[in-house]
Amino acid sequence: MNTLVASRRSFLKVGAAAAGGLVIGLALPVRTRAAATAAPADTAINAYVRVATDGRVTLLVPKSEMGQGIYTGFAQVLAEELEVPLATVVIEAAPVAAVYNASFAPIQFTGGSMSMSSSFELLRRAGAAARSMLVSAAAAELGVPASTLSAADGHVVHGASGRRLAYGALAVRAAALPAPADPVLKSPADWKLIGKAVPRLDTRAKVEGSAEFGLDVRLPGMVYAVVARAPTFGGSVAKLDASAAKAVPGVVAVREVPSGVAVLATNTWAATRGRAALRIDWTPGAGAGVSTTRLAAEFAARAREPGTVVVERGDVGQAGPGRALEADFATPYLAHAPMEPLNCAVAFADGRCDVYTGTQFQTVDRAAAAAVAGLAPEQVHVHTTLLGGGFGRRANPSSDFVREAVAVAKGHPTPVMTVWTREDDLQGGYYRPLSHDRLTATLGTDGHPATWTHTIVSQSIVAGTPFEKMMIDPKTGLDATQHEGASDLPYAIPSVRVAGHTAKVPVPVLWWRSVGHTHTAFAVESFIDECATTARQDPVAYRTALLGAEPRHLAVLKLAAEKAGWGTPLPHGRARGVAVHASFGSVVAEVAEVSLVDGRPKVHRVVAAIHCGLAVNPGQVAYQVESAICFGLSAALYGEITLEDGRVQQSNFGDYAPLRHEEMPAVEVHIVPSSAAPTGVGEPGTPVIAPAVANALAALTGVRARRLPLAHTAFTAPPA
Amino acid sequence: MKLDINGTAHEVDAAPDMPLLWALRDIVGLTGTKFGCGASLCGACTVHVDGQATRACVTPLASVAGRRITTIEGVAASELGRKVQAAWIAEDVPQCGYCQSGQIMSAVSLLAQKPHPSDAEIRSAMNGNLCRCGTYNRIHQAIRRAAEA
Ligand code: FES
Ligand code: FES
Repeated sequence: MNTLVASRRSFLKVGAAAAGGLVIGLALPVRTRAAATAAPADTAINAYVRVATDGRVTLLVPKSEMGQGIYTGFAQVLAEELEVPLATVVIEAAPVAAVYNASFAPIQFTGGSMSMSSSFELLRRAGAAARSMLVSAAAAELGVPASTLSAADGHVVHGASGRRLAYGALAVRAAALPAPADPVLKSPADWKLIGKAVPRLDTRAKVEGSAEFGLDVRLPGMVYAVVARAPTFGGSVAKLDASAAKAVPGVVAVREVPSGVAVLATNTWAATRGRAALRIDWTPGAGAGVSTTRLAAEFAARAREPGTVVVERGDVGQAGPGRALEADFATPYLAHAPMEPLNCAVAFADGRCDVYTGTQFQTVDRAAAAAVAGLAPEQVHVHTTLLGGGFGRRANPSSDFVREAVAVAKGHPTPVMTVWTREDDLQGGYYRPLSHDRLTATLGTDGHPATWTHTIVSQSIVAGTPFEKMMIDPKTGLDATQHEGASDLPYAIPSVRVAGHTAKVPVPVLWWRSVGHTHTAFAVESFIDECATTARQDPVAYRTALLGAEPRHLAVLKLAAEKAGWGTPLPHGRARGVAVHASFGSVVAEVAEVSLVDGRPKVHRVVAAIHCGLAVNPGQVAYQVESAICFGLSAALYGEITLEDGRVQQSNFGDYAPLRHEEMPAVEVHIVPSSAAPTGVGEPGTPVIAPAVANALAALTGVRARRLPLAHTAFTAPPA
Repeated sequence: MKLDINGTAHEVDAAPDMPLLWALRDIVGLTGTKFGCGASLCGACTVHVDGQATRACVTPLASVAGRRITTIEGVAASELGRKVQAAWIAEDVPQCGYCQSGQIMSAVSLLAQKPHPSDAEIRSAMNGNLCRCGTYNRIHQAIRRAAEA
């Protein structure tokens, strides 16, 4: 939308839809669904702000809260301009409406670390517009010029007379006023909330167990379903015998759906028992023969072929006079494995379908649900709950879990929640793509790379989805997520060639926290480190010399190195490694300190620095980087989904092991002070940790890891 | 079957081998106890049975009939429970929050047995509780804070 505050009619519509929707109580006092219906009439001032007659302010957030703190961040910006105390606002998940589409795409979604960077100015204007309308309403009420009034603490104040009018008493009048086209924003010097490490607004509900995640939705008469899906991707039901399943106590129905066979029961456990009793012959699908061992070998061979060029400058055929290096880096499929397994509750009533789920992809999921339901998108109401982690899995262009849940519920007389078990979640596909990165370089007399080539083999995430047109470059046929982090190499190297191959594999893939950077950063930052050590130069100094044109890179590298004590002695058996990488508009440097314990890598401490423009909430920025380090370290040390004969070999947290409490390193995060526009925060810390740790292990043992997870590499401790 | 949950008696009509987790969530309607793995691998479902941290996903109803079950919704009934929750709020621990009920239940059980645990004892007692969001360091600090409170 170009006017920030759309027409009042659409606001009122949004307000009404929201009032009838799922209200998630987060702030203090916790607002429950029952309380919401009993609350005094809310008036929508605009799409983001509602004020009740008792003064209660509700802020609507169209971005999904999946741990990144976006409910708090958005509330900080809105409340700042609106002049309301943060502790008293109520946060509500916005409904799906065009007014909430991203500023750069015709969909409402949460991803790409862009929530704050793409909404910051819009939120300021929305808050300021609402404040200005409340002030104008007070001016009319008091019969004084608006210029003699100010706003503070949820009140409009007439300084001369000391009269104060509460927002609650002004809301109805304010909402009838035209929205100002150009509201006056507060000066950054007057900010009380933006830029401050205020505590999160959802903490108490999450500590008391009252926060409502998708899996906690309870609808009248609702039953629970689990779905038996084909054991290989693309498979389908050939023969079904459901008699034993139907005999399991609690099972109420067995229904065939496009993705398999759903067992519906009065509780989740009965549904899983019923599923175990199904007898199904499956037709093997296209994925029946997939072997990741074979795929890795095929990708490695293909990486030796030239591929489609994405970047070419200088002449990579003109080798430098120094040493020549080459290295191959292999990275596996990875599951997102959010702590809350996938789920989606669906209720049909005449002419409408209500979908309750923790989604990152509201508009896309609504369209998919409508198509399956046989309804128009406007007849589908998506209620976004809290997400027990997302990491990209709940932003699926194919809407797999929503589509399926609607199919399961369609025609059933009661609401149905489709629940994925952990095994379903890990084996259900949509992985970070398996990739192969092959790099070569020749060094100049100064030891710096004179030539650099990088050839990538991987699957496209968006091929065959509605995003294909938007994200696949028609010139190269490559999807930007295949080579991001490689094609934007920050190092000043005269001759560079980056090329890619797209492999078609019948394993569904998806963006996974930091997407393509997860493999390119590992390859680039491991290889540049190897160039540095081959040239017998210090890895920080070497990078610094090559990053002359990249002030953000230089700033984080310097800050992280300083804070980590780079170059200072460590006890015997320990070493440091460094990596720096830009993604989602931000740059992160990390220094990892490692040792070997029984031959296995142990990460003791990670010092990170981030440049993300203005840090709207420095506390949450730092915590997101820490989170990203944990997430990236899980993958670096252990993460791997393998397939043989088309079957996923991992099934639960026993064989797909996230980092545990004992393995968590001490983490320090430093933020480069900046007043530039905010850039991404949720993802950029993730891809940096694998190369930082691999480089530290190389410094310790001389062995360079060529493959993730690091568990595949044999490291030997240096002699005492 | 009679279940004593958070000091209230509940008559639950369910098979004796049904795991406590599903009775709590789908029958009694206490959804604060979470499902993460169903196989005693993640700790999201941790509750107390007679004060002991117990994984509800692998605990058959028959084994807890008549015993004292405490869930996250009832943990504030004890002073220690309130202290741990207050420490969690002071450290602003949760991110997505999904694992936190289980983390808190494990922490309360640890502190009930060892009011002043060492760092190593905290790490080992909490090692069965996974967090995909990486809140471990703040969890650790919150436990320290509760122990010192
Ligand atoms: S759900 Fe019980 S330990 Fe994971
Ligand atoms: S806070 Fe998200 S899993 Fe722990």
